[in-house]
Amino acid sequence: MKPRHKRIALIAGGLASVVLAAVLTLNALDSNIALYVTPSEVAAGKSPQGKAFRIGGLVKESSIKRQDLKVNFVITDGAKDISVTYTGILPDLFKEGKGAVIQGRLGGDGIFAATEVLAKHDENYMPPEAQHALDQAKKANAK
Amino acid sequence: MTPELGHFALILAFVVCTAQGVLPLVGAQQGRQKWIALARPAAQTQFLLIAVSFACLAQAFLANDFSVSYVANHSNSQLPTMYRFSAVWGGHEGSLLLWVLMLAGWGAAVSLASRQLPEVMVARVLAVLGLVGIGLLAFVLFTSNPFERMLPAAAEGRDLNPLLQDPGLIYHPPLLYMGYVGMSVAFSFAIAALISGRLDAAWARWSRPWTTAAWIFLTLGIALGSWWAYYELGWGGWWFWDPVENASFMPWLVATALIHSLAVTEKRGAFKNWTVLLAIAAFSLSLLGTFLVRSGVLTSVHAFATDPRRGVFILALLVIVIGSSLLLFAWRAPKVNAGGNFGLVSRETMLLMNNVLLVVATGSVLLGTLYPLLIDALGMGKLSVGPPYFNAVFVPVMVPLLLLMAVGPMAHWKHADLKAIARRLRVSMALSVIAGIALPLLMGAWTPLTAMSSLLAVWIAASGVFQVMDRLKSGNPPASFWGMQVAHFGIAVFVIGVAMVGGYQEEKDVRMEPGDTVQVGGYSFRFLGVKSVPGPNYRAARGNVELSKDGRLLKTMHPEKRKYFSSEMPMTEAAIDAGFTRDVYVSLGEQLDDKGAWSVRVYYKPFVDWIWGGCVLMALGGLIAILDRRYRLRVKADARIPAGVAA
Repeated sequence: MKPRHKRIALIAGGLASVVLAAVLTLNALDSNIALYVTPSEVAAGKSPQGKAFRIGGLVKESSIKRQDLKVNFVITDGAKDISVTYTGILPDLFKEGKGAVIQGRLGGDGIFAATEVLAKHDENYMPPEAQHALDQAKKANAK
Repeated sequence: MTPELGHFALILAFVVCTAQGVLPLVGAQQGRQKWIALARPAAQTQFLLIAVSFACLAQAFLANDFSVSYVANHSNSQLPTMYRFSAVWGGHEGSLLLWVLMLAGWGAAVSLASRQLPEVMVARVLAVLGLVGIGLLAFVLFTSNPFERMLPAAAEGRDLNPLLQDPGLIYHPPLLYMGYVGMSVAFSFAIAALISGRLDAAWARWSRPWTTAAWIFLTLGIALGSWWAYYELGWGGWWFWDPVENASFMPWLVATALIHSLAVTEKRGAFKNWTVLLAIAAFSLSLLGTFLVRSGVLTSVHAFATDPRRGVFILALLVIVIGSSLLLFAWRAPKVNAGGNFGLVSRETMLLMNNVLLVVATGSVLLGTLYPLLIDALGMGKLSVGPPYFNAVFVPVMVPLLLLMAVGPMAHWKHADLKAIARRLRVSMALSVIAGIALPLLMGAWTPLTAMSSLLAVWIAASGVFQVMDRLKSGNPPASFWGMQVAHFGIAVFVIGVAMVGGYQEEKDVRMEPGDTVQVGGYSFRFLGVKSVPGPNYRAARGNVELSKDGRLLKTMHPEKRKYFSSEMPMTEAAIDAGFTRDVYVSLGEQLDDKGAWSVRVYYKPFVDWIWGGCVLMALGGLIAILDRRYRLRVKADARIPAGVAA
């Protein structure tokens, strides 16, 4: 094989694998992203249908109700409340009145079935998405 | 007084560092011997000054000087002494001071261990390190001064985040930073070579041990972080594809590519431009990692309260570093000759494929990590990219990489015979297919993923054995050969760990009253209740869980739920019974009623320790490779590396 052909073969092989990787990657990205939605947006019916998404907000005061491993609580942005149900052990920093981010799907009954409650490492930390939801609700109120 | 001394030392270090960054560089261009000779003493002085500064901060912590606001925010008089020391890097300011200490430390190490290098080269390398140092020292001094006083002084400190009160966290940040910052040495060698226009085999040879050393620290740092997350967070996972984990993983992937491409540049003089680009990328990704962690732009389980304004500074630094090095590259690269030719089937090609795959893997991780930031910056909403994305793109890239890993070392430089390689791999092939069928069945269930992983692991391990046997026939192989074999074997061990945990772990979240028993993974766990126990700066609810198998009591495990006095934050301490072929893992959730019932999480994790064991083997392989004699030989200025030298 001539050096020129060799180079062409190498470049072609490289390009083909890059294209393949790009297609696989974008495909995977498309099917594995979870949108952040604020409680107000969920209440307005603007959440993705039949797809998992994330809600940020505050855990409403005295809304946590436990029955064995099943937990019900309300997540709020100050304007709208969303009822959430979760089964399992909650992270240490999950508390009423504190910010939280949860992932799951909205059921037909309007109750959000959480599959994941995100843990934080610092008690003074406010998840940016929870803060965002509160700010949005405040803005909407001011109008 | 001590904090002021520390601050003063840091300012002096900044001045010395500026001299180190400018004078030797100019001296090297203009041939001024005195300015060139300044590089070594400047690097050593700078390190000493930062060490003094660091010691002053440590002293403030050990003496509970709560008039220093950083100390007051990250320590407490009840904090045990060893955590008071590790609290020095428990927050933003201190961890950056550790960063610059490491940077100066690498600089000092280069200045001491580079006797065999030409003076001009050393001057340029140390100057580039100095230039990087200027940026970071300015960052510490102007935005994140750890010595700032607080008036009036606090009566008591706010305490170190309880999550960080753990032995793993004493070692994890320093190791990881050693690795991150160590990439600056590979970067400096590359930039120095670009400036001098001498991108040759000698440059690659000098650069190799430093790159490998940084890679070892990075490997151990990441492994330790993963192990810490596993036992400390109480979630039993070892990798979450969390943005901050990715931030440390991307430099690792690129550094791994760099190690392999440096081998080609040293042995065959090829891939020079590519190697330089990788060195720039590895360090840029380290800086990017620092930016991601320290700016608070990401939602992550690692996200601690941070100050976004600081992010702007690092971002600017990042732009300057990447921009100027790429400019320099664009200016110099066309003058570099292409180096040795090689056949389509050759070790060069194999290593090229290794590089392409590792870079593609890095790109996919980078995309998933930055995508949410990009979309948010464009005002298109907030979103997150979950672990399924990373698994979906990462695994398909890793499979060919691992397959080639067994073939590459068997290929000759320049031109290899594919048929001969295939013949030598026949037995490995047979063994790996058998393993792919049998190992999953032995574990209880056959799945494509565990079969593939078992096959790959045995494929790598078996061909490694054949490579060693072949090599021994032609005399005693050099240390670098053994290093490669050990590191590759570490990958095989790692793959087994990942596959077995992924395929066969069992997990149960249950409600348990005293006397209840739960079965997981063939083990039975009997919950005896929870007692309140005092600790040095916390009070713990301590569970008693009897672990038994086939009716035989093995041990009593004590998972804890701690409440620290100084904060409201509860902490879960899992109880783990570690073993060669499995871990069992119990952690307490929360108390469910007055009768002593708790929610309890129980795991069975087969072969999980192989994950970290594999990482340790990789690091060990790197260490052996560094010890190779040829790195310590004095290289003549115009020494030519004879063609066709086998590794």
